[in-house]
Amino acid sequence: MQVAGNDTLGHHSQVIIQYFFAGGDMSAKQKQDAGITHEGIFFAQEQLHEMHDQMLFIRRFEEKAGQMYGLKKIGGFCHLCNGQEAVCVGMQHAAEATDYMMTSYRDHGHILARGSDPTAVMAELLGRAGGVVKGKGGSMHMFDADKNFAGGNGIVGEQVPIGLGFGFSSWYKEDGRVTICIMGDGGINQGAVYESFNMAALWKLPIVFMVENNQYAMGTSLDRASAETQLFKRGISFKIPGMKIDGMDVLEFEKKMSEAIEHARSGKGPILVEAMTYRYRGHSMSDPATYRTREEVDEWRTGRDPIARLQAQMIEAGLATEDSFKQKDRDIKKEVAAIAKAAEAQPEPDAAELWTDIYTDPIEGAYPYPGKVG
Amino acid sequence: MSKITYREALNQAMAEEMSRDKNVFLMGEEVAEYNGAYKVSQGLLDKFGPKRVIDTPITELGFAGLGVGAAMTGLRPVIEFMTWNFAMLALDQIVNAAAKMKYMSGGQYSVPMVFRGAGGSAARVGAQHSQSLENWMANVPGLKVVMPSNPADAKGLLKASIRDNDTVVFIENEINYGDVGEVPDEEYIIPLGKADVKRAGSDVTIVAHSRMTGFALTAAKELAKEGIEAEIIDPRTIRPLDENTIITSVAKTNCAVVVEEGWRFAGIGAEISARIMERAFDDLDSPVIRVTGKDVPMPYAANLEALALPSVRDIVEAARTACGRA
Ligand SMILES: Cc1ncc(C[n+]2csc(CCOP(=O)(O)OP(=O)(O)O)c2C)c(N)n1
Ligand SMILES: [Mg+2]
Repeated sequence: MQVAGNDTLGHHSQVIIQYFFAGGDMSAKQKQDAGITHEGIFFAQEQLHEMHDQMLFIRRFEEKAGQMYGLKKIGGFCHLCNGQEAVCVGMQHAAEATDYMMTSYRDHGHILARGSDPTAVMAELLGRAGGVVKGKGGSMHMFDADKNFAGGNGIVGEQVPIGLGFGFSSWYKEDGRVTICIMGDGGINQGAVYESFNMAALWKLPIVFMVENNQYAMGTSLDRASAETQLFKRGISFKIPGMKIDGMDVLEFEKKMSEAIEHARSGKGPILVEAMTYRYRGHSMSDPATYRTREEVDEWRTGRDPIARLQAQMIEAGLATEDSFKQKDRDIKKEVAAIAKAAEAQPEPDAAELWTDIYTDPIEGAYPYPGKVG
Repeated sequence: MSKITYREALNQAMAEEMSRDKNVFLMGEEVAEYNGAYKVSQGLLDKFGPKRVIDTPITELGFAGLGVGAAMTGLRPVIEFMTWNFAMLALDQIVNAAAKMKYMSGGQYSVPMVFRGAGGSAARVGAQHSQSLENWMANVPGLKVVMPSNPADAKGLLKASIRDNDTVVFIENEINYGDVGEVPDEEYIIPLGKADVKRAGSDVTIVAHSRMTGFALTAAKELAKEGIEAEIIDPRTIRPLDENTIITSVAKTNCAVVVEEGWRFAGIGAEISARIMERAFDDLDSPVIRVTGKDVPMPYAANLEALALPSVRDIVEAARTACGRA
């Protein structure tokens, strides 16, 4: 079990870590208590706290983004992932830092969970110079090459052939990396996805195709768009095994995702994971989401919320208290507010940035040359 | 110098670059075991093995995107489209992914790859297999567009394109594949963004690329009989365009004809004419004349097909008019 290194989102208490690693002094009983065993997999409390804090951080970050959008500080399209945090976080805990990852425009939660600097992510939303992509991408186009996070793609399904290429590269270089290629329940209907499934299976590429089934593609519910609504079966005719995972349970998701990643890494070829999840907010900021009932939203929001669920498990295991979570929430809210303030204080990109990053080798003397037109 | 075909020149370029850099691989339909639909990749599978010369299913969007992703990890894919007509299925990956990835990622990811294959009109294959779409590609910032007109240029330009750190759209010409030309024996590279004056002349500037360069050279011979010396410029790289060579020529000849096989509306000729107007208006004694393909889908019947394409005669007439000797 590998814990993705994550300084910016890790808020676990030093005290707890020391207690846990004091190992030798603890009785066998105490050792067992310092964590949760989920279906045979032991999650140390240090990791549980980290997962919890990361999910809560993403939730509060997205709420802040929603607020900033309301204040017209964030422009254009802005797709929040409230409700889907367990998928973002569980996946990162299952993956290695060297594994590749790419997704659609609903990318804030994924890049945050990947460990990118949240101030840079917020700055990107605000179109600031210190944004993860220097203010050139915005909400839909977040990239962090150092973290092997390859976007942030606004064309539905486009990242899937690109992910195929990352997987191909690992096969070509034999570098042992796995590519986790994420798409939505709407995105999985693109033809490019099946072209990619076919080649990935044909060449046994190390790819986990992961569909975030949040049940809606904009206003179109799954059953109105898909002849086969069991999306994990969509790989069958390519001989790609499928797994359906509860994406509202971070421990379950981490466990199953680890198995899927292991499958891909071991040379068995691609695997398709269907993460059952739900977005609490509208598709984007302009969507009042009138196509679904309040009851349905409540059923997921109050009945299956991934953060509340982990909190209950941790309290039951004696790893935290309601008060300690409340305190944590206050701390995270403060942190997010400070991040938003710091991001907003940044300048807009320099006007000269308009013309950079178009070519690696622009050709002097030929037309058009970036920045020299006319 | 050796005399080889345009097809062999392309083959040598790939073989040399694949020998030089293990990150270069060739992928496309029928490139490996079949040795290429047009035999451009003849023998490469034997030389480099199935890991570096890869047959794909018929799945243009998918393998174009594979190339983009692989390039983002530092590999140097050469993605062959059997013809550019089929690249239309892959436009999203070329235009929305390859061309924009560097910009959208704030410079973090670049896409050093080549999309190559046969473009332009073919012979008697009808509307879907016979067209010139380079203006579509040339419109997009982030792409470079290269179109060689002879074997020597084909080899030197393809080697440069494979080494280039940006995405290069390399459009070959199906009808030119069998053309024979002199090619240097020693290794050479032709830099992108440099036009070539294929024939010097002082009376009229004719700009023509790909197969039309040959047409223009033939037209120049006709014109010479009438005492008109045409200067033939092959841009070789369509984007970015070596317009200085064109402007310098127009300053000398004071008139210009721009030839392209593709459709007239918003074509390459329109762009070049506009640039001549913008930069060399005072040098012009007469309006720039465009010779283009007719504004129709390509017909099948031999007589109609001939009518749809620019002819040597069209170029001769345009040149006479341009320099006032009609
Ligand atoms: C090719 C393409 N078609 C349409 C759109 C407009 N669009 C943006 S998001 C979206 C719905 C996608 O839903 P899904 O894949 O389920 O992802 P989710 O938004 O639920 O995360 C649509 C139709 C687009 N961006 N790209
Ligand atoms: Mg969806």
